[in-house]
Amino acid sequence: MFRQLTRICRVGIVSEPTPCGRGPALDLLGPRLEDAVSRIFHGSLAIRQVDAGSCNGCELEIQALSNPYYAIERYGIHFVASPRHADLLLVTGPVSRHMQTALRLAYEAMPEPKRVLAVGHCGADGGEFGVSYASCGAVHRVIPVDGVIRGCPPSPAVLVQGILELIDPALLQVPAPDPDSDPPASREGL
Amino acid sequence: MNDPMPAESGSGLPLYVQPVPPDSGRPERSSRPLVRQFVVAPENWARLAGDAARASWRWSGIWAEDRSPVLELSLLLERAGQYSWVRTRIPLDALRLPSQTSAYPAADRMERRIHDLFGLVFSDHPDPRRWIRHQGWSGEDFPLRRMYPTAGRPERSTPPDADYPFVLAQGSGVCEIPVGPIHAGIIEPGHFRFQVVGETILRLEERLGYAHKGIEKIAEGRDPQGLVRLAGRVSGDSTVSHAWAACQAMEQAAGLPVPGRAQVLRALFAERERIANHLGDIGAICGDVGFAFGQSQFGRLREVFLRLNDELFGHRLLMDVITPGGVRCDLPADGASRLLEERARLRHELATLRPALADNTSLQDRWCGTGILPGEVARTLGVLGYVARASGVDHDLRRDAPYVPYDLLEIRVPVADAGDVAARVRIRQDEIDISLGLMADLLDILPDGPCQSAWLAPQPGAEGLGFVESWRGELWAYVRFGTDGLIARYHPRDPSVLNWSALEHLITGAIVPDFPVCNKSVNGSYAGHDL
Ligand code: SF4
Repeated sequence: MFRQLTRICRVGIVSEPTPCGRGPALDLLGPRLEDAVSRIFHGSLAIRQVDAGSCNGCELEIQALSNPYYAIERYGIHFVASPRHADLLLVTGPVSRHMQTALRLAYEAMPEPKRVLAVGHCGADGGEFGVSYASCGAVHRVIPVDGVIRGCPPSPAVLVQGILELIDPALLQVPAPDPDSDPPASREGL
Repeated sequence: MNDPMPAESGSGLPLYVQPVPPDSGRPERSSRPLVRQFVVAPENWARLAGDAARASWRWSGIWAEDRSPVLELSLLLERAGQYSWVRTRIPLDALRLPSQTSAYPAADRMERRIHDLFGLVFSDHPDPRRWIRHQGWSGEDFPLRRMYPTAGRPERSTPPDADYPFVLAQGSGVCEIPVGPIHAGIIEPGHFRFQVVGETILRLEERLGYAHKGIEKIAEGRDPQGLVRLAGRVSGDSTVSHAWAACQAMEQAAGLPVPGRAQVLRALFAERERIANHLGDIGAICGDVGFAFGQSQFGRLREVFLRLNDELFGHRLLMDVITPGGVRCDLPADGASRLLEERARLRHELATLRPALADNTSLQDRWCGTGILPGEVARTLGVLGYVARASGVDHDLRRDAPYVPYDLLEIRVPVADAGDVAARVRIRQDEIDISLGLMADLLDILPDGPCQSAWLAPQPGAEGLGFVESWRGELWAYVRFGTDGLIARYHPRDPSVLNWSALEHLITGAIVPDFPVCNKSVNGSYAGHDL
């Protein structure tokens, strides 16, 4: 116990007050997101994430939203287990044919009003997998989609920006450098 | 099957298995796992399995290819760091072969998979139910056959696989709990069917295949760049390992030498992938038993680690850094010093965190004795990586069948016997430490020079096998080129294919609330299994 307390004290609070990595600046986005969530969703935006056939790279970055650096819950955003509790469906991957019905049922289970964000190049347009005997491709080919967050995978900061953009586009005045969605070839000079 | 063990040839395999003389284009580098090739008659397929199992060969995987008018089936066996690659050919109009499951239970799902995708019937298979196929295509269609169109013949809406015949447990007080394909957390899709009495799990049956998106089919006809992009997305958490294995296979087929600097950088990326995944998973394993402190601390360390990946190599998960012939990005000028700085800091942090986990009795109470996988079972199922090593199976490709550049390094392999969640966490902590050491060793031997060789067009029909000890365990990829320099066949074998069945065994007798932590401690990839 003593060890844990010392560690907690030493580390302090790392939740991001500063620009993070090469993505958009969280210190600018965060308060705007919090404000939008509080005005539009009474302080609580519930997200149900569905992996409809991703490679799991997108999941890793969505999970990272809950680590102490992004701590997305501080803006009033939380991930819920049931689509019946969700305001927003966050869908990753090309939709595999085997997940087609499950995704549609999850969407139908959500109460109105509901929004859908397709995440990653795969969610946006099928990405590397496209349409085949086993893949339906982009999420919008299966359920209605309100916005996309591109990237392969989008970094946590880009995810925050994408969520903000969807729920309140007017608030978004931060320039949007989005290096993670560039094809890697263009980053050779880094 | 009751035959006495036939006399062995020098290869360690029975005499009815014919060696194939190595083709002249072989080893461009001597330092990769030794793979000997053989052919066997279809009627000896099951007999071979029995004899090989008795001679302690480990079953590593099978894959097939439509080489009209025959189906070519390949089997990979391993013993003491040496591989035997045994092929057989079956006419496409008489697709039957005896099953190897009675000698090798690990073959079970892989044979069902090959049946679903190619139509090969394994006679006397103990479980003839469909595996990778749900309702995306009909039982008369076989997507990996040449004639089957990549676009398939899908209905507008694919129905759910509602009438899959799960095994039922009956008796008073037995309840069934269906879970998935959409799980409660931010994880991949799959279905678990539990039979429970009260809180105790009598039986777990996994149903996978939800993330099947036809990777092997859409690989056909790609160029090498396109294939490695796809390989890097077989399982996002293993992007380096899959890309590396695919590149090794293609380079071997093309006889393309890879610059020494690129080889060392590839290993550096693979070790970073190992560390990042272990950090994240240990955090999640803490989270699954409600230990928020551990989850936050390890989540924090993983995040810092990923940011350095991004800064130095341009991608947090290191996607697309490996390319056919080399690596896409060199180590920046200050790279080595920053990596060493990070290593010292991380070592120090982990040294203080480790006792905080080890001495926490309520945490250890949840981990110790939970989800035990006995060593016997691990061996029988052919389980790989840290799951196997935590159950006493002392195996690591980097040491036992070293490929470049691990042939130059000394690899320490941690092994434990307990086989429980605590042992798997301990092994993964040790592996982080060892990988941090290897990072420094790799920087020591990093030669100067170019990072990439120009691609060489392979001979028509050239093929290769690439091996990597990924963070999950032994991972390999098979590649064959067509006549046009494009990919004719790609088969990646993720370690999850063998590790998933371990979960069904280690969960028996546990309580339902321990399932998440047990699952995470194994952490199979759904995407890597389903392809
Ligand atoms: S967008 Fe990229 S990271 Fe996300 S699922 Fe697709 S391939 Fe994986």
